Formats: sequence, structure tokens, C-alpha cells
Amino acid sequence: MPTDTERIQDLTEQEYKYGFYTDVETDSLPPGLNEDVIRLISAKKKEPDFLLQWRLKAYQHWLTMTEPKWPNVHYSPIDFQGIVYYSAPKRKEDGPQSLDEVDPELLETYKKLGIPLEEQGLLAGVAVDAVFDSVSVATTFKDKLGELGIIFCSFSEAVLEHPELIQKYLGSVVPHTDNFYAALNSAVFSDGTFCYIPEGVRCPMELSTYFRINARNTGQFERTLIIADKGSYVSYLEGCTAPMRDENQLHAAVVELVTHDDAQIKYSTIQNWYPGDDEGKGGIFNFVTKRGKCLGTNSKISWTQVETGSAITWKYPSVLLLGDNSTGEFYSVALTKKRQQADTGTKMIHVGKNTRSNVVSKGISAGHGQNTYRGLIKINKSATGARNYTQCDSMLIGDQCGAHTFPYIEIKNSTAHMEHEASTSKIGEDQMFYCQSRGLSAEDAVSMIVNGFCKEVLKELPMEFAVEANRLLSVSLEGSVG
Amino acid sequence: MLEIKNLHVEVGGKEILRGLNLSVKAGEVHSIMGPNGSGKSTLAQVLAGRESYEVTSGEVIYEGQDLLDLSPEDRARRGVFLAFQYPVEIPGVSNTYFLRAALNAIRKERGEEEVSAMDFLGLVREKMALLKMDESLMSRPVNDGFSGGEKKRNEIFQMSVLEPHLAILDETDSGLDIDALKIAAEGVNMLRGENRAFIVVTHYQRLLNYIVPDFVHVLCAGQIVHSGDSTLALELEEKGYGWLEKESAEPVASGERG
Repeated sequence: MPTDTERIQDLTEQEYKYGFYTDVETDSLPPGLNEDVIRLISAKKKEPDFLLQWRLKAYQHWLTMTEPKWPNVHYSPIDFQGIVYYSAPKRKEDGPQSLDEVDPELLETYKKLGIPLEEQGLLAGVAVDAVFDSVSVATTFKDKLGELGIIFCSFSEAVLEHPELIQKYLGSVVPHTDNFYAALNSAVFSDGTFCYIPEGVRCPMELSTYFRINARNTGQFERTLIIADKGSYVSYLEGCTAPMRDENQLHAAVVELVTHDDAQIKYSTIQNWYPGDDEGKGGIFNFVTKRGKCLGTNSKISWTQVETGSAITWKYPSVLLLGDNSTGEFYSVALTKKRQQADTGTKMIHVGKNTRSNVVSKGISAGHGQNTYRGLIKINKSATGARNYTQCDSMLIGDQCGAHTFPYIEIKNSTAHMEHEASTSKIGEDQMFYCQSRGLSAEDAVSMIVNGFCKEVLKELPMEFAVEANRLLSVSLEGSVG
Repeated sequence: MLEIKNLHVEVGGKEILRGLNLSVKAGEVHSIMGPNGSGKSTLAQVLAGRESYEVTSGEVIYEGQDLLDLSPEDRARRGVFLAFQYPVEIPGVSNTYFLRAALNAIRKERGEEEVSAMDFLGLVREKMALLKMDESLMSRPVNDGFSGGEKKRNEIFQMSVLEPHLAILDETDSGLDIDALKIAAEGVNMLRGENRAFIVVTHYQRLLNYIVPDFVHVLCAGQIVHSGDSTLALELEEKGYGWLEKESAEPVASGERG
């Protein structure tokens, strides 16, 4: 009879079900990066000159930078000249398309992923922007949202139709100089999603983007920009998958959020990129910069993430709390199994008075997974009456994995109120045996215990996706037992 | 229903049970008593399938099949229930969700349909009322933040919902005040019937005032050294275990393996 530890080990080694590849004709650039490549990307997208200049500036800055070495992750050097920076499924004609014109092969791909792009489909209450490799292939419910003045479209489209908004906000939260990957993204980003919620509007449905990496050797560099004007509200979700491949693929996205007075953005991520195989071969390098700026008073930005995929995850969705009485939240579940590594957490920068932040992080390590929480809470001199609560829990499954915690706290105002709680637990033989002695299989027991552990975070997800996340967490641990 | 023959069990290389024999028929209540470290809890854990307890020889036949061959969950699905001495906490998992999953796993084994949320709620309310439990316990995480007494009562409550064929109670009386003890005993007595058997492991005679056993066995150093009816428990209360240890043929204090 296998021991519990062995059994749990088995449970954590399960197949990746989104690993298929779609055979579509693509329009791709040869691998490599130089100014000409950037000019080509910009030209393909018919971008205004200001954007090309911005890209080139970012590229020049990127050349002066080196890859960050401080994350607690290990990988062989990335050959940035071996990456394809632009790959798009071929279109019959240029310009935005209606759903009927989208390649049926692509619609089928999204259907297989459980993301129907028909507006009458299963997710009828959710508007979807589908990004396939470097471009957005479809955006649903655009017209309906348009009636409320909400702009929800691909980034490329926004550049052409709302250049003034792009010029005003692009790089205003994550400047092109911010970090190595943000600079690279600024130079070569190809598509992504743009949302603008006008003053006083509460977005009536969930907005979402579904990212799919398909082509080989291709990097995905998307940009998401969401602006919530005064008194508005939006809940946004992104999901991600990729085919199984032996090589690593780079995904270096930038997400910028801006909230004005009394506005609120709730941003949720379910990240399930291909994690690589049992030996750690292949998988996505998910090096992402996500940051929100609470510009207005009483505004709020809330990040919720469920990170179950990628070979390496390196991301710190952060909030810059500028407006007085603004609130930043970060709820995270990060699951590493097989040879996955994650270094993730948040930064909460308190600048305005009476600003509040709330951080709940749940890290689960299984197999040979390594899971690091890294967080910075910074209270500036001006942030009188700031409050922060941080809770940081780690769970270990099996005895080959690791959990690490690096909390940084910088306080420059003596009125600040901080709380930090941390715990590490192990799915013990006791818990497993208790569940099993009530008739539950080892698989069900593990997924029940893990879901229970993550409950505080999962309850923050929009209803439509909480079920999906629950399923993903149990699937991720599902094994060959039985 | 249950036939234990010459059972030897080691924990961490140390022999705890040394040739235990016990026969339990449907409808009977057997009480296992004995001094500290005699192997009472080991017996309970082994019957439920705890894997860190290694059976070195002997056999256990339950309802005609080899119990030791079954995984813990298969034992549970076939009607074995252990009320834990130290019930385990599962943070974030509601008692309702947990118990319904357990009940459905057992029903599936029996070829029955899953119980609907509404029916389950009805069942739970009925049982809670019988055990005078606060309904708020159902929405709380499994045993998380429960008092010692609440945890024990929760075990009896789970038992009454899952309706096992063979229930093993491991020192359910410890940590219960007298009122809670009476209620727990009542919960057991309500379930007594001709198709169900109980093994009640206890330290003290007190519980047996309320759950009157058909048989009382004294476990000493891994063997049953004396058996009798319920009056034996009273005798033990009066005389302690010393006289039985002396009476026992086997030397019990020595012979432990490192």
C-alpha cells in the first residue's frame, strides 16, 4: 500500500488538459528583436507616431537594463533573440471583424477551452475579449456595453479609435522604465484589452480577456489598460492557457489600472498556463507587471489571483494608494506542483491619508514545487492614519516542496497601523485519515483540504469563476489514483 | 460481523497489540477497557485503517471480507465508523459540506442516489435536535474552533447521520461533562439495533452507566485478558486493573521491543 505521502505525490501529478495546439495559418515575424522589428509591429497595427516613438524609447531603455536576479526562482538564461515577437492568425481582410468572420478554427479552440464566444453562450453574462498569440481575435458584447458609454475592445483598436485616452494613460502606472520585462513589453507589446468605464456607470456584466498562446517560440506581450472614471465600477477577469511544448515560452504582460474618485476596479485572474512536465521541461515563464493606481479619493482596487499554471510565475499585482481614503486589496492563491516555481506577492504603497490595504496570500506547494511570497507594505510620510492587514499562509503537500516568505515593511509615518500574520501548515496524515475514515477518497480529501485552505481568497472571485477556480484547484491535484 | 484473530500490530517498530482476539456479532455492544498504553486506541485506529499502524500478523474479518485489505475510505463506505478521540480540524471546509460529501460517498457504495441539499438539511436538523446541538455548528468549518466537548459531540452527530454498521468509539467520554456525556450516550443508544454493532473504548466505567454494554473486555499489554458482562466494568471501577494484570498468564510489563 502506498504511504500517504506517496499518494499525495501521485495526486499532484496530473495531466494538463489545455495542452492542444491549433493549426492555423499565421502571419509571423522571424525571431529576433531590433528597432526594425518594433517598427514593423507598429506598422502592422497602423499605429500613430506617438506610440512608435514610445516603443522605441522603451526599447532603448531596455537595452541598458539587465534581467532581475533577486527573485527566488531558477532557470537557464532566456535568448531574447530567439523569440518571435509577433505572430497572428492570418485574416482575410484587415480591420476589426465581427464574430461571423472569425476563423471557425479559432472559435472551436475557444470552445474547447470552455470559453464560448457566442454571445448567447454559457457565459451570457460575461463579455469576452479573446487574445490569440499576439492579437485579439474577437470581443463580445461590445455594442451592448457601448450603449452605456463603456469602451471594451482590443488594445489595438483602442489605439486607433481612442488615441487620446491611450496617450493619457499608457505608462502612467507602469512607466516604460519600470523594470526589465515592463520595458521589453513597452517596446514590443502586440495586443491586449482596453476598458474605459465612464463617470457614474456601474458595468452591468463581468468583463474578461482570455489569453491563449498557440504558436511555437512565440512570446506573448500583451497590455491591459483599465480606467474607471469617477464613481464607476467594473469587475474584470482574465484567464490563460497554452499548448504543451518542450521549450519554455515567455509571457511578459503589463496591466495598468486607474481609478478616479469613488471608483472601484475588481480584477481577477485565473492563470493556468502550461506548467511544464514532471521533469520541469517546457512551460510558460510568466513574468508580469501588474499595478493599479488609486488616483481618486475613496477609490478602490482589488486584485484576486488564482495562479495554478506556468513553469515560473513572477508577479506582484500592486496598488499605489494616492487618493485619500483609498483602498487596495490583494487576495492570492498560488499553487506550485511538479517543478513549478512561483515568486509572487504584492506591493501596497500608501501615500494618501487614511489609506487602507488588505493582503491575503495562500501558497500551496506540492511535488517539487517552490512557492515564495514576497510583499512590500510601504507607508509614506504623507500617509497619516494608514492601515494594513497582511495574512500570509503556506501549505505544504508532501516532503519535496518548499515555501518561502519575504515580507518587507517600510513605515515613515508613526500613525500607521499594521498587522501581519503568517502560518505554515502541512496537509497532515491526520487530516487525510480523518477524511478517508469518513468515506472520502484521497483525491477528494486533498482537494477539499486545499479548497478549505483557500476559501478566504476564492470567495473574492466573481460567482461565475469561483466554480471554475474550485474545479481548477481540484483538477490540479487530481491524480492517477483509483 | 467482526472477527479479530490473533492480531499483532506494531507502531514505529514497537509491538502494541500482541495476539488480540475478539468476536463481535451484529446487535452487540462491546466495551474495551484497560489501563493507559494497553493498546485500546491502537485497536480502534487499526480497525479504521490507519496506515502508520503495521499489522504484522493475524486477521480481521468484517462482514465476510478481509478488512485489512481495504483502504480506510472503503472501510467507511462499507459501514465502519470511528469516532475519534481527537477529532481533526479542517479549516475552511464547512461541516455541512464535509458531512454531505461523506454521506454521498457511502450512499454511492450502496448504489443509492446522492442525497439532495434539501433532504440533507432536513436529516441534519433532525439529528441535531436529537443531540441538542447548536445548528450554527453546521456552517462552521469542520471542528475548527470547536470546544473539546463540541468536537466529541460532532463525532456522535456524524455517526448518527452516516448510520454505520460497525461504530468504534474511541474514548468519546473524555472531555465531556456529565450532561454532554448523557446526550452522547443517548445518541448511541438511539442507534442501537440488531443490524449494528458498537465497540466502545473507554478508560472509565462512567460512560457505561449510560451505554450499557453486552460485553466488557479488559485489554492489558496488547491482549484481552479478561471478558465479562457489564458488571465487570463496576468491578474494575472498584478494584482497578492491577488484579487482572497479575492474573494474566502472559508477562505483560516486559517483552517490549525497541
